[in-house]
Order: sequence, then C-alpha cells, then structure tokens
Amino acid sequence: MESLSNKKKVLEQKPLNFAERMYLPAIVKGLGTTMSHFFKKSSTIRYPEQVREFSINWRGMHSLKRDEEGKERCTACGLCALSCPAEAITMIAAERKPEEKDLYREEKYAAVYEINMLRCIFCGLCEEACPKEAIYLDGPIVPSDYLRKDFIYGKDKLVEAPLEVK
Amino acid sequence: MDINYVIGKFLLVTILFAISLVIAMYSTYAERKVAAFLQDRLGPDRAGPFGILQPLADGVKMFMKEEIVPTNASKWLFMIGPGLAMLCACIGTAVIPWGQDLTINGKAFPLQVTDINVGVLYIFGVVSLGVYGVMIGGWASNNKYSLLSAIRAASQNISYEVAMGLSIIALLVMTNTLSLKEIVAQQHGWHWNVLYQPLGFIIFMVCSFAETNRAPFDLPECETELIGGYHTEYSSMKLGFYLFAEYINMFVSSAVMATLYFGGYNYPGMDWVATLVSPNTAALLGTLVLFLKIFAFIFFFMWVRWTIPRFRYDQLMNLGWKTLIPLAIANIVITGIVIAVVNKF
Repeated sequence: MESLSNKKKVLEQKPLNFAERMYLPAIVKGLGTTMSHFFKKSSTIRYPEQVREFSINWRGMHSLKRDEEGKERCTACGLCALSCPAEAITMIAAERKPEEKDLYREEKYAAVYEINMLRCIFCGLCEEACPKEAIYLDGPIVPSDYLRKDFIYGKDKLVEAPLEVK
Repeated sequence: MDINYVIGKFLLVTILFAISLVIAMYSTYAERKVAAFLQDRLGPDRAGPFGILQPLADGVKMFMKEEIVPTNASKWLFMIGPGLAMLCACIGTAVIPWGQDLTINGKAFPLQVTDINVGVLYIFGVVSLGVYGVMIGGWASNNKYSLLSAIRAASQNISYEVAMGLSIIALLVMTNTLSLKEIVAQQHGWHWNVLYQPLGFIIFMVCSFAETNRAPFDLPECETELIGGYHTEYSSMKLGFYLFAEYINMFVSSAVMATLYFGGYNYPGMDWVATLVSPNTAALLGTLVLFLKIFAFIFFFMWVRWTIPRFRYDQLMNLGWKTLIPLAIANIVITGIVIAVVNKF
C-alpha cells in the first residue's frame, strides 16, 4: 500500500555493531545528556509560597459581587442554582427591609447563600446564568480542609469585602 | 596487647560504623536531590533548610510503620534476612585503609581496623555473603515475586563475581600483594592503578554496579515485573534495613574502587605537605581526599542510575558472560605479557 501521508518510516533492524554492543559510547552520550540537565533551571514552582500566574479565563473560587455603591448585587433569583449541573448552590431568599436599603440593591436578597465546594466542578455556568452580574469565579484556588462540612462556603466567605469608605 | 591499642581500635570501629550509617542516611537524601536536579526538579526541600532533615523524617516514618509478618512466612528467616544484609554491608569497611598512620605521642596509629594479608579476598567474601540477605529474605517471604527476585539476585551476583574476580587478578599480578594497605601504599602520589589498568577498572566498576544491585542492573527489585522484588513483603524497619544496606553497599564499593584503582588516600603533592606542614596533617588530608573520591563515586552511581534504563535479563547475562569475562581474561593475558617483558629488559 502506498503511504498517503508520507509519514511512514521503515525501520531497519540491523544487528548491533561492535561499538554498540559495548554499550559504552551510548552510555557516555547519555551521561552527557543528563549532566546537561543538572545545570538547567528547575521548572518547579514552590506552590504555597509561589503561585503560578493564572490564565485570564481561569475559574477559581466564587465571589458574590457588590455594585458601585457597595450594595450586594444578588437578588436570589436562583438561576445560578438552576443552571448548576453539580447541584452545588442553594440559597434562601428574604425581603429587604427599608433600613437595609444600603446593603442590598434589589428588594429581594439572599439571606443564606451556600456553595458546596466539593460538589462544584468550576464550570462557570452560574456566572453565565446570572442576570445581575452578581457571581464570578475570579478567586484563587479553593484551599484544602479536613471536614466535609467546612467545604460548604456561606456568604461570610463568598461575598466581596465591602467598599472602603472614602 | 596494651589498653591503648584496644581503645584505639574500638574508637576507630565506632567512628567507621557511625560514618557509614550517616553516609548511607544522607545517600538517600542525595539520591533524591541528584535525581531531582537531573530531571529539572528541586527534590525534597520541606524538612529543614534545603530538606536536610529529610533522612531523619524518613527514619522516623520507617520506625513508626506497622510491622507485618506474612502468615505463611518462615518467621526466623524472615527476621534474619534484613539483619544479614545489614551486617554484610557494614563489616566491609574493616579492611579499607582510611589514611596514612597517624603519629600520636610518638606512637604510630594506623587508620585501618585490621590489615589482614588477604584483604582483597575478605572484601570479596563479604560482598558475596551479602547476597544471602537478599536470598533468605526472598525465600522466607513465601511470595512468588520475592522468590523470583531472590533467584535473579543470586544468579546475577554469582555471574558478575566471576568477572569481578578475574578483573582483580590482573591488578594483583601487578601489585604482587593481597593486602589493601600495601596496594594503596604502592600507589603513592600520582601512581594510581587506574592509569595502568583502565580496562580492569571499567570491568570492576560495571561488576560493582551489578553486585550492589544498582541501576542499570537492579533487576532484583524491578517494579514493573516483580512489584518490589525481594522486599515486597517487608515493612517497617526491616524494609528500612534492606534499603539502608543497599546504600551502605554503595558506600563500601565506592571505597573499594577508590582504594584499589584511584589511589585510596594518596593525592599528588602529599610528600610536599608532609614535609612542609606535618605528617599528621598530610595523613588527615589524605583521609579527606579519600572521602572526596568516595563521594565522587557515589555521585557517579546516582548519575548512572538516572541515565540508563534497566537491562533485560538476557542482556544482563550476555554482558556478564560473553563480554566482561572474555575482556577480563584478555586483560590478564595482556598484563602478564607486559609484566614479563618489562621484567626481562
């Protein structure tokens, strides 16, 4: 059969000649190769102290955003929970009281908002589903922990830090 | 026999024992570091600065592990195996001359535990005994993989001992003695045996790689075929002993190679130092030089391990019986002829 790709290589199996049977020339060459690597810079990143630069479309830990006036954007519509393929998001909605006007942007807000980080697959569908631009996966790597219950992140860990008062 | 003699020897034995254990300990660390550097990595660097406490951590881990003796294992042999491996590895250092005689209070104090006149044979005997540790361990485990590995180790060691013995004969023809002390003394200054016996040295070195079960001849513990080899069933410090014995063996064979072929404690300009400073300084400097040579060999062992893939079993046997033994015999014949010619004229 004619080779169409021209990538086929016919390897000839010749018996080893004397130098090859001695192994030594090949071994010396190999030792040279490994020694050249001895002086190369190592490509290791010492992780907890050094962090690799993330790509621009990296999806890490979620954060619940605030608007320009520092009010929480989330209106507890539940679209993120619906869109979540891993069933990681739950929330309880509540109605905003008049005195909480500075805290929440809409009349309805999420009193409880929980993401189970062990269930989350970091697909970013919640981010896409959100009509209020309230959730983004722009955080760091989710840290490790010992207990399953500690991986259920509430609003204390998710909501952005409040805006600094000028 | 005066008391000073006994105390001196006792001290020397203790120091040597401690040194070989410490070197074996840090060889495990060095091995991981060398491997890492050769593979563009960093290696262990968490325990202490640059990871220098890693061997201690490993040791503690080994001691703390649960000790498992398989139900159908032969209990006594199972225990004797690692002990024998360790014992044979440790007693090899006894005949190696670690330096020139020190003069303390006008008395000569040799830096060698014992200068038996068959030192070379003693080393050979101890090294070949070492394989019993592996064999007994492999047999007592009552595991097919261990047994296969033990058989491999035995056949490999026996095959390579032949070539090793033959390669050393050419050296003995040259030196006319079996005492390691005299062999080293003959290589005074720059007259290292490797310059007169390069082929013999290469054969000897390849054989010592095989004898210590190091890559590329580490068939007895080849993971892809035999799980862990002869120590598959071992755990805790018994496993630690086997791994440790390998590193001590490496240290001892490096010392033997340095002694037989690379002039032992000799270095160029040693007479100059002895006359200019003091004989004791020259002797201690010689010991330092010997250790540098040993470390260079240990590094070479590691360098080779992370370069060459493992030999196949038939390749191993072909290399041993069809290449090394004929070469060693040719080396003896050539050495004999040259010595006869040189003596005649």
